[in-house]
Amino acid sequence: MQANNTPNQKDPGLNPNEKLDVREILRDLGNYRPRRSGWTWRKAEPGQKLGPFQYKQTSAPLSRCVPLPAAKYFGGVDPQPDCVITTEIASGRFEDDLRRMRMAAWHGADHIMVIRTTGQSHIDGLLEGTPEGVGGIPVTRKQVRASRKALDLIEDEVGRPINFHSYISGVAGPEIAVMFAEEGVNGAHQDPQYNILYRNINMLRSFVDAAVAKKIMASCDMLQIDGAHNANATAREAWKVMPELLVQHAINCVFSEMVGMKKDNIALSSVPPTAPPAPALSYDLPYAVCLRWLFSDYKIRAQQNTRYIESDSREATVTHVLNLLVSRLTSADVQSTITPDEGRNVPWHYNNVAAVETAKQALVGMDGLKDMLEFRKDGPLFKQVREIAERAVLFLEEIKEKGYFNAVHEGFFVDSGLYPERNGDGISRDPNGGIAAGSIVKRDKDYMAPVCEHFGYNNLPKGISKPCDLVSGCTFCNRDKIVYIDELDPEDNVEVRLRKADQDLPENMIKPEVQWKGDGYITLTVFLPEREEIAEYASLEIAKKLGLLEPEVIHKRIIHPSEGTLIELKGIVPFAIDKSALEIPEKPMLLSEDEIRRYISENPMKVVCGTVGEDEHSVGMREIIDIKHGGIEGFGIKAVYLGTSVPVGKMVDAAIEEDADAILISTIISHADVHRKNMERLAQICEEKGVRNKFILVAGGTQVTNDLALEAGLDAGFGRGTKGIHVASFLVEKKRELGSNTHSEGATSNEN
Amino acid sequence: MQRQSDFDKRREHLSKLTDDELKERFWELAREIVEPLYDLAYTHTSPSIERSVLLRMGFSSLEAQAIVSSAEKRKLLGKGVGSLVLQYANLRNTDYISAGKELADNKGWDELQQTLGGND
Repeated sequence: MQANNTPNQKDPGLNPNEKLDVREILRDLGNYRPRRSGWTWRKAEPGQKLGPFQYKQTSAPLSRCVPLPAAKYFGGVDPQPDCVITTEIASGRFEDDLRRMRMAAWHGADHIMVIRTTGQSHIDGLLEGTPEGVGGIPVTRKQVRASRKALDLIEDEVGRPINFHSYISGVAGPEIAVMFAEEGVNGAHQDPQYNILYRNINMLRSFVDAAVAKKIMASCDMLQIDGAHNANATAREAWKVMPELLVQHAINCVFSEMVGMKKDNIALSSVPPTAPPAPALSYDLPYAVCLRWLFSDYKIRAQQNTRYIESDSREATVTHVLNLLVSRLTSADVQSTITPDEGRNVPWHYNNVAAVETAKQALVGMDGLKDMLEFRKDGPLFKQVREIAERAVLFLEEIKEKGYFNAVHEGFFVDSGLYPERNGDGISRDPNGGIAAGSIVKRDKDYMAPVCEHFGYNNLPKGISKPCDLVSGCTFCNRDKIVYIDELDPEDNVEVRLRKADQDLPENMIKPEVQWKGDGYITLTVFLPEREEIAEYASLEIAKKLGLLEPEVIHKRIIHPSEGTLIELKGIVPFAIDKSALEIPEKPMLLSEDEIRRYISENPMKVVCGTVGEDEHSVGMREIIDIKHGGIEGFGIKAVYLGTSVPVGKMVDAAIEEDADAILISTIISHADVHRKNMERLAQICEEKGVRNKFILVAGGTQVTNDLALEAGLDAGFGRGTKGIHVASFLVEKKRELGSNTHSEGATSNEN
Repeated sequence: MQRQSDFDKRREHLSKLTDDELKERFWELAREIVEPLYDLAYTHTSPSIERSVLLRMGFSSLEAQAIVSSAEKRKLLGKGVGSLVLQYANLRNTDYISAGKELADNKGWDELQQTLGGND
């Protein structure tokens, strides 16, 4: 499907036909102001009509987009599901991530979640500038501001608000919350239990900091996502932590609400806990129903399963589609996506798009599903729902008895036993241990903080109702007070990286790319009729002989222990291509519909058509001919259709008999090169019968190209995506050319 | 901790609850667990919290880091570092941003500390 990329003359922002200019984003960043704060949901439009269909669970369409490939059969519609769709971006270089965000937005992502660099959660303070990250970016004010500024332009380009999201966790949570609120970040992960269990940050510090961070988030309507899904990703048998997940969600929900967050801004990060070959839905569905029942007042962020993803992107995609089925059978306010290559490498940009498309395709495909189904009240589902809830209540009872901190100390969380069974392998943390242990301090009686949205005891002077009156306005009330730091490191920053990237790859040169400009990575898919080890090393040899640098196997799949192995490998292309030296055949100029009709009315034309050989495909040819599909008959061309599996010779005989102007063959099957042979045979028979100059010879088919047809001795070939007007336009032009040639040939012969 | 599943025995008291009552019990327990955590947060502060106050007052992250680090060494976080900056500005009879910058340069702390009351 073609992208909808018409530039808007009135739009001063991005031009869809030009790349995002990172330097323009970075220009005058110190003076940029975010246009809004807070989260934006999609506007559901139940009953919306798009193309030939009515949808029940979609939202307003985008003004610019890349629809699903099959959209061409449905009038190019690109229905957008009713829930927000997330993509997680994590290349380590934010300047390259901006382009990825734009690509994802065109495919339907409106929640861009930026992953932080490894180790940032242990840094006690804000980072500044634009240093390069590992497995994510160092989240700094400059990078956040640049990303939000780019997203402002991108959301204008696609015509839908885009939510920007990162993490308010680690030991600098309160500061990050302030910076995010100031910079218009729309959503964030915040859950003290994440700090404690997965980052080993002191538990007292984590809860004390979390309250301040949450209050700040609440003040600007940021959406909060919790961290419970990490238990799924960590536990040995993820389906056994279901009761605990409910407990973790509840603790964060209650704590957030007590601090002042609205329920509407609290989202549960929930993952279907298992994946095939487990009977996944018989675990995932009761859990999903139980969660939505107990947490009916909160938002659901449906994450996809990562626990069981390895290198097989097909397997990952199927698991994710099952996760999407659970979302549609229950509900999802935010549908997150996991790239199908997550188990192989730091996700590549086109896989962000693939994941977003998987979500969009599956959700739209299941539009209205719930209207046709209901859960059986007498089946196993609700028994399981009740059992999960009871186990969670028992879990809470025991935590209450011990106290939360003691329960964590005893390793109650992420134990592999299905509660109340305990296997003694949970994550245990010491209340007096972990990163930043001993760093909280009791607020004195005269503790005072002269700023707005500050959680906790605050002994403000008498008569002060707005705390920041004491400082003539805080940054939340007066943006001019925000201090913007550009760069701190003269070597590790975006300007240095951009200069190097420009030197390595001048403007007219191109290299393949999967995450960073000019990274040069390509993948090879190789089937070798050998057992696994041989196939692996043989494929690396193939890559080396092809000249690929740093070849690395990224996926192996045994097709049969001895018959063969499928290998996917990546490697770096050691050269760049000069764009300006490319010879790109010009696209044929089409005649206008009126011009074609006028010519045909003055010069009637008849064509003989059919699918040749042993080939029963008729759809393509019918579309080229039929008036209702905009086919050539619509322009007045008379078509004699002989049907399918027509012998090539019969096509020629019919053309002679009908005194036709042209022969149009369709040849779809390409096994053993039969399409090429059919084309050659047509030219050959015409030559043998002495009628080659009488007929215009045209072939069409999915594997047909114009070059292939010309090589075979025909006049033109048409491949995928051909419309009637392309063929009609060619026939008219060719006929005119023949006419003028006959004329000039006649003139030449006269001279002779 | 290791324990065989005793779910059937343990759940006995829940078996008579309706679904709505079970849900109510779930939330009641969650609130009871969280209350002491909330109280802890309400009455305590941390270096990051105090830096977040200074950021909101209009200091840079570098200044906030330096000021809080000095306050922490002198065990003054309990006063609220924003409050310390205002008190120092009063003492020096200057605007609070200039006062904070002095504190960030590790100046004036002894003078400030002498004027403060005890940590009650």
